[in-house]
Amino acid sequence: MRNFGRITAREKSEFIWGWIFILPTMTGLIILNIIPMFQTIYQSFFKTGDFGKGNIFVGLANYQKVFADTEVWQALWNTIKYAIVEVPISIIISLVLAVFLNEKIKGRSAFRTIFFLPMVAAPAAIAMVWRWLYNSEFGLLNQILPGKANWISNPKIAIYSIAVIGIWSIVGYNMVLFLAGLQEVPKDYYEAAAIDGATGIQKFFNITVPLISPTIFFVLVTRVIAAMQVFDVIYMIIDITNPALQKTQSLVCLFYKYSFQQNNKGYGATVVVVLLVVIMILTVFQMIGQKKWVHYN
Amino acid sequence: MKASNKTIIYIILIIMSFIMLVPFAWMILTAFKTVGGSTQMDPFVIFPSKWRSDNFVEVAHNVDFVRLYFNTIAMIALRVLCAVVTATTAGYAFARLNFKGKNLMFGLVLFQMMIPTQIFIIPQYIMVSNLGWTNTLMGLLFPGLVSAFGTFLLRQAFMGLPKELEEAARLDGCNIGQTFLYIMAPLTKSSMVALGIFTAVFAYKDLMWPMIVCPDTNHTTLASALAKMQGQFTTNYPELMAAALIACLPMIVIYVLFQKQFIEGIATSGGKL
Repeated sequence: MRNFGRITAREKSEFIWGWIFILPTMTGLIILNIIPMFQTIYQSFFKTGDFGKGNIFVGLANYQKVFADTEVWQALWNTIKYAIVEVPISIIISLVLAVFLNEKIKGRSAFRTIFFLPMVAAPAAIAMVWRWLYNSEFGLLNQILPGKANWISNPKIAIYSIAVIGIWSIVGYNMVLFLAGLQEVPKDYYEAAAIDGATGIQKFFNITVPLISPTIFFVLVTRVIAAMQVFDVIYMIIDITNPALQKTQSLVCLFYKYSFQQNNKGYGATVVVVLLVVIMILTVFQMIGQKKWVHYN
Repeated sequence: MKASNKTIIYIILIIMSFIMLVPFAWMILTAFKTVGGSTQMDPFVIFPSKWRSDNFVEVAHNVDFVRLYFNTIAMIALRVLCAVVTATTAGYAFARLNFKGKNLMFGLVLFQMMIPTQIFIIPQYIMVSNLGWTNTLMGLLFPGLVSAFGTFLLRQAFMGLPKELEEAARLDGCNIGQTFLYIMAPLTKSSMVALGIFTAVFAYKDLMWPMIVCPDTNHTTLASALAKMQGQFTTNYPELMAAALIACLPMIVIYVLFQKQFIEGIATSGGKL
């Protein structure tokens, strides 16, 4: 029986230890994340004065400016194009690779190690190498492929060339997550299907995909969020003189440019709040959509 | 499985491995070429005519890599230490202790995990610059002092441990702090390692934060120094590749040595993100 108004020694001790244990984390989170989030939203109602000095309250003017700003709309569209190419293709490739590596195959761990390799390389270095591979005059791609393309300076294709780097960088990571999901699939499903004479492709679509759909959904949601924040590769590959700049810069690139290069933190904050809203909308849609195709056991 | 199917699988896996390795191979090959050799087209040259180390000497002369390594390793070590210590204690409290305010606080942890990090950057930068920490190690460490994600990961780990252990410790007269330190925390070592690897890899790869808080080439990380270098020697690809190789090699070597821990660490933490 619990005594109201009197707490036991155990409860008191759990309260004290509990707060001691979470205090560092909570202090850090509140100072580093929770307060800054509100400050950023607050900042988006201000205009930074000349030379980055002074904050002038402008109400919703930044938001009006964002909605009328073709550069922001173009950046949003670039970001979405990048995500539409990178996310589905990387998921399909990595799912197929995971299914292959889940078979009894010689050199499994060697393949796994190779596919995962881009995950441990700095994106700045990866971007440099790809920039060199894509170089229109001396790049490896134009040497070995027929015809010559301006992979990263043709505004029509540059964003897709960048998405290819994104896919190359992330397939190994997705694959490892899928492999973990595949470990959970009971082997007898496949044995039963084999007795029924199912082909490998039928097994893939009728057993593997439905059974690991929770993993696919998880990878999809997290990859969309990450793809919408693409920055490193675009920043490294497309310099300000590149004719494809307008057709490749993402929302985060604009955020960086406004906040830290032009020192207009008010407008930078507005762009990042817009990004937050877009990501939330996309995530909510996926959460609603999952009921149609994700099977939880 | 039929032998023919297996052959097809091998062929696809080998082609994919080739695609994954070519950029790394090209980075290494170019790093040993001269500018003339790297732009030679007719005949097209794959291997350097002579394996020269001049590019490495030249970039090492222009950029203090020892300094950059020190900055990067110190930042990674401190971030891993902070994340693991704060996340393990907080994860234990959230998983195993009952106290007023716990649910609200855990709600904040989950909330932080859902917000894109760019939204914190402007105020974090203003704090760092008000504290006078730009171009310092403290500035690099700053956003990594605590880890919401790590707290979540360690909470999951503690939730998976049997209740009986704690009760036994309590009967033996351990207080909560002792139970945590001697009995429970050692059992989550694998999650701590996973969090450590995850933190290290993402700290190493981060580009925007070091560029903002440590613009000075001597005080920044390898990743952000590479970005700067690209601006300086835009067209000298052999030197850029040499620099990229110097920056990537240690992490790749560590990865190849501890690949099992790396892949499992990132898979278990990434899978719970």
